[in-house]
Amino acid sequence: MAVTTGGRGARSPRPEVSGSPDDAPPSGGATNTSRSPAPNRKTNWWARLKRDKFLLLLAVPGVFLVLLFQYVPLIGNIIAFKDYQPYLSIWESPWVGLENFDIIFTGDPAFINALINTLVISFVQIVLVFPIPIALALLLNSLLSEKIKRTVQSILYLPHFMSWVIVVAIFQHMLGDAGLYNTWAREHNIFEINLIGEPELFITLITSQVIWKDAGWGTIIFLAAISRVSIELYEAVAIDGGGRMRQLWHVTLPAIRGVIILLLILKLGDVLTVGFEQIYLQQAPVGREASEVLDTYVYNYGVIGGNWGASAAVGLVKGLVGALLVLGANKIAHLFGERGVYSKW
Amino acid sequence: MTDATTKRPSRGPSDRAGQLRLINGAKPPNPLVRGFKGVILLACCALVVVPFWSVIATSLADPSQVLAEGGYVMWPKEPTLAAYEAIFRGGVVTRATLVSIFVTLVGSGLSVTVVALLAYSLSRPGTFGSSKILLLVLFTMLFNAGMIPNYLLIKELGLIDSYWALILPTLTNAFQIILMRGFFLEVPGEIIDAARIDGAGELRILTTIMLPLSKAVVAVIALFNAVTYWNAFFNAVLYINSTEKWPLQLVLRTYVVDGTAVQADVSGEMVPPQLSLQMAILVVSLVPICLVYPFLQKHFAQGVVIGAVKG
Repeated sequence: MAVTTGGRGARSPRPEVSGSPDDAPPSGGATNTSRSPAPNRKTNWWARLKRDKFLLLLAVPGVFLVLLFQYVPLIGNIIAFKDYQPYLSIWESPWVGLENFDIIFTGDPAFINALINTLVISFVQIVLVFPIPIALALLLNSLLSEKIKRTVQSILYLPHFMSWVIVVAIFQHMLGDAGLYNTWAREHNIFEINLIGEPELFITLITSQVIWKDAGWGTIIFLAAISRVSIELYEAVAIDGGGRMRQLWHVTLPAIRGVIILLLILKLGDVLTVGFEQIYLQQAPVGREASEVLDTYVYNYGVIGGNWGASAAVGLVKGLVGALLVLGANKIAHLFGERGVYSKW
Repeated sequence: MTDATTKRPSRGPSDRAGQLRLINGAKPPNPLVRGFKGVILLACCALVVVPFWSVIATSLADPSQVLAEGGYVMWPKEPTLAAYEAIFRGGVVTRATLVSIFVTLVGSGLSVTVVALLAYSLSRPGTFGSSKILLLVLFTMLFNAGMIPNYLLIKELGLIDSYWALILPTLTNAFQIILMRGFFLEVPGEIIDAARIDGAGELRILTTIMLPLSKAVVAVIALFNAVTYWNAFFNAVLYINSTEKWPLQLVLRTYVVDGTAVQADVSGEMVPPQLSLQMAILVVSLVPICLVYPFLQKHFAQGVVIGAVKG
């Protein structure tokens, strides 16, 4: 017992060990004030387990849920290599090797269509959506009145908390064929915008929705980065006679470069993921040709069409490609001397 | 956060803040530039405010006005609650609202409980196995199993068409666990030592010391979960089949986005126009979020930043 107490006392940074229910009196720890490394790490794990049993008990529900809903589905990905039969269980369904991946390798037209749509939408969103929060943050930061800044922020953050169903409904109400704008435009003979339900305009529609919903919220992280810039830097530029544009160019932008690159890398990892809910909600009027993306393809082909194995294969490849893209982008960021996503880990 | 605010004297009275934030030697901005900025920001705000306003106005407008103005109202002349009375007569919308309230309350309550218990357990230094559990939680931030395996898991668990399918999968959230653990770690160890000496058990320390001391973060995590549960649509699409178990978001999809006529609730007589009914459903789904929004916005923006900084 003395050995375990000593080992525990030496390793644990917690001096109140003696408060634990099954513990020796504090004198045991006090006499054994060895600074030496813990003697037998292996044998006293049982004692530590007993000491921490209440704390561990508190962790049980959370750990159980994490394992069940995060890790078990990960194993469930093996159905990508099986011919899943709904009346059999996952384990009983026969193995088929890589057969489910044929749909990817042979280039099933529906799959290729979904892939192309996904990439196009992602590209448009990186080019058009990504810079807007940065510009908005710079604009907000340049305001002199703190009050106006807060008010504008409060208003612009709001749509972020609305569900996609609400956002889509609001867009229909405002811009639909019989919506507020078009009704008004017809009365006044101004040009109409029929943004909803036009396959050619589908990308415009979902891009503008993404901007409307999340551009304001996206400014938070940039504003936080800007707020950490030391005021002396601005003063230095001002003393050297630099105006506000020079301060922006030589102080603010370099200061948020790290954050911009970090978010860009994360965005790149999501290049095969474009908002499922948003697109799924608006597929019916524009048709699959224009609107099918990988996530809706997995849903329509798998859950609705019953092609479990094949759509799981698509999902698996999509996840792997996303992870590889993040790793690759991070590598490139390191090469250019940036911190990237997980240098600090 | 704090060092930024001390360096920058922006916390002064708001009328002087503008003056103070002009750096030595900097010229005040050109009025033309200021005007231009003002126009841009005003336009941005209008893009957000006008749609919400129009939805609310249409839901409150009198049937005759809705018909007269081609269905789209910016200012209700004689506000009436007829549309709300019609959808809350005990039909689909009423049921779905109750389902959503139930799922939101149970989900966010359980979620905060589970997250707090795990975060507390992970915040006590030197606990057996806690570093491994922390790693287990952190890893879940990096990957996502995908739709099909998740669906099959729910199916194998027999949760299809059950409210638990809406609640259980999203109970834990790595980010929230890390955030709450961070707050618990900041509570001085001496307080906990004192409580232990007085004979308090772990659960008692958590409920009488930790949670009261980190009230703000608990509230924010609860509210954030509540918003997530209230807004949850995808899980309901995947896991809920029977109409009577639909949460509000599915009703909203069916009757507003897809434009299916709202009939079930209305018992003949004076029927408000479809559009008013649709907008009333939309408003019902908006209201809870708008109610908690001030709290969310104030604290969560800060929480996001602190979480990101602590990483």
